[in-house]
Amino acid sequence: MTAAAEGSAPLAASPPRRKSLLQSESVQGLALITPTFLYALVLLLLPILVVIAHSFWTQHYLTIDRTFTLENYRIALTEPIYRDLLWRSLTISLVTSLTTVVLAYPIAYYISFHGGRHKGLWLFLITIPFWTSYLLRVMSWKVILGYNGVLNSGLMGLGIIDEPITALLYNSSSVVITLVHAWAAFAILPIFVSLEKVDRTLIEAAKDLGDGPLRSFLRVTLPLSAPGVVSALLIVMIPTVGDYVTPKLVGGKDGMMIANAIQAQFGKASNWPLGAALSVTTMIVVTLMAGAAVFIIRRAARLAR
Amino acid sequence: MPEHRGRPRRPMIEIRSVTRSYGAFKALDEANLSIDEGEFFSLLGPSGCGKTTLLRMIAGFDTPTTGSIAVDGQPMDGIPANRRPTNMVFQSYAIFPHLNVEQNVAYGLKRLKLERGEEKRRVEEALAQVSLTGLGKRGATELSGGQRQRVALARALVMRPKVLLLDEPLSALDKKLREQMQVELRRLQQAVGITFVLVTHDQYEALGMSDRIAVMFGGRIAQVASPKEIYQWPVNRQVADFLGGMNFVNAEIVEEDEASLTLDTLGFGRIKADRPASFERNGANGEKATLGIRPERLRVLWDDETSAFQVAGTVVERHYFGEITHLVVEIPGLEKPLSVTETNDFGADDIPVGATIRLAYDPEALVAMAD
Repeated sequence: MTAAAEGSAPLAASPPRRKSLLQSESVQGLALITPTFLYALVLLLLPILVVIAHSFWTQHYLTIDRTFTLENYRIALTEPIYRDLLWRSLTISLVTSLTTVVLAYPIAYYISFHGGRHKGLWLFLITIPFWTSYLLRVMSWKVILGYNGVLNSGLMGLGIIDEPITALLYNSSSVVITLVHAWAAFAILPIFVSLEKVDRTLIEAAKDLGDGPLRSFLRVTLPLSAPGVVSALLIVMIPTVGDYVTPKLVGGKDGMMIANAIQAQFGKASNWPLGAALSVTTMIVVTLMAGAAVFIIRRAARLAR
Repeated sequence: MPEHRGRPRRPMIEIRSVTRSYGAFKALDEANLSIDEGEFFSLLGPSGCGKTTLLRMIAGFDTPTTGSIAVDGQPMDGIPANRRPTNMVFQSYAIFPHLNVEQNVAYGLKRLKLERGEEKRRVEEALAQVSLTGLGKRGATELSGGQRQRVALARALVMRPKVLLLDEPLSALDKKLREQMQVELRRLQQAVGITFVLVTHDQYEALGMSDRIAVMFGGRIAQVASPKEIYQWPVNRQVADFLGGMNFVNAEIVEEDEASLTLDTLGFGRIKADRPASFERNGANGEKATLGIRPERLRVLWDDETSAFQVAGTVVERHYFGEITHLVVEIPGLEKPLSVTETNDFGADDIPVGATIRLAYDPEALVAMAD
């Protein structure tokens, strides 16, 4: 009886099992991500493959020589101009992301811990600058930092300076200022979310065990909000390395970044393979930098215990 | 009996007319309390009675609107939680999730800058006290509910506080573990000799562990006494009801003097009961009082057995609970039937519904209460 039941069980169970496979969560999940996945495949992965392929080819005036070569990478890595631009891009993005996180943390902390009933309102207010176009926001920084700009006129009007400061605009610090402002909200939100998740009883427990406000912040709140800090850092760092509009508009000669060089290779210089090699190099370097940042923060968090 | 009983009592916590208001609402209203050194003291009451508010004010997480709190003779006004000689076991345990067991326990010691060996020794000692030896390297997120509770205890005890505050520490545990932890907590308190203040809404927890209990309702302390006193001589119907089943019989005061009360009741006739020290006549209805008797203090009389104090009635309901049977008995003249709890060793579980039975009571078990 038992043996017969066991023997026939797989046969009997097989049709409903197939049905349940279609209804299973993993299948439903796959169905949900398929459109996005196809979109990403066609518009992200394929272009990247095309770029990678180009980086190993050579441009001959109007035709492309498709024999494999590493010459583009040699130029990208050894030519001083590209090395400097890449290095500057990394520095600007690192300074930008660190500054953004340092400025965003107190704002996120205030909203999370002292926002009370108005948390939603505060978050809403933070998104207001995004109602205007990014170009407009960059241009307004030009108005603020320019030779006859708001800042210079203001300082001169107050008698603090006699003639306009030219160091405000068209250099890497104006790029950093503009980028920090542009990315602030993207840093505030993840930090806010991670602070919201910190159990307030844990902070009370730290106080109960003898920690003052600063110590309990450093030993409990900060480590527990580290995931938000890491995501904020990466969210700002990764896209700013390759930013092209901001340096073009407020960077001047000294604020040029690697993306401007890449754009030039694909545009005026018409050397797609070199542009491609520069792009791939930048992508790899950004990945390494992001990985290093995560590693360092994790390490620091462990040491802080 | 705990050894501190022999020593003269020394107050460890003194709460003087403490009120905590939130706008017009008074979470705590004129609370006065003195808790002795080495005492296991419980604050018992339903949710919203102000017991947690009081505990948090002792810990320093909340400030009295008026009144003062002193710990070990030191007024605590303006002293923040981190500089008070108290430590707390939180209801949610509040184990730091980013630290392991050892680091959690050592958390408060780090600030004291002890020698490496000394810190390690104290952590080991605290872990041994709560039977967690060998689990020091375990991550905080890999612990069971019972283990988390033990870590929270060790983390507070390692600080050697003058007062350990426990905010419903057992409410998250299942029944069996809860009962086991009650015994362990009591044993631990006697071993370390620290003053424990426990907040609970579970009367069995309070009765089983405490030296003394304060019963609270609606922001007021209703009664402060030993578990036995609170259970046997509750000051009013509310306290009596909160501490388990009690039969209430309406009574009229015939005579009152310092030590005794003479009451007239319908079912029990004229009764002379001890006058509780806290007895106060109801202002509006001066002659009315309530006579209470616990269900387990009524005993079924078998066959021709008789007692000087007995009442007769009809069984209207019978509920079986394994080791005991719960009978509901209608007594002629009484407005409400009496609840009787009888152990099953004599066959109370076989008494049929509708049977006429006689119940014996000890007049000492009758308690007079203000209405």
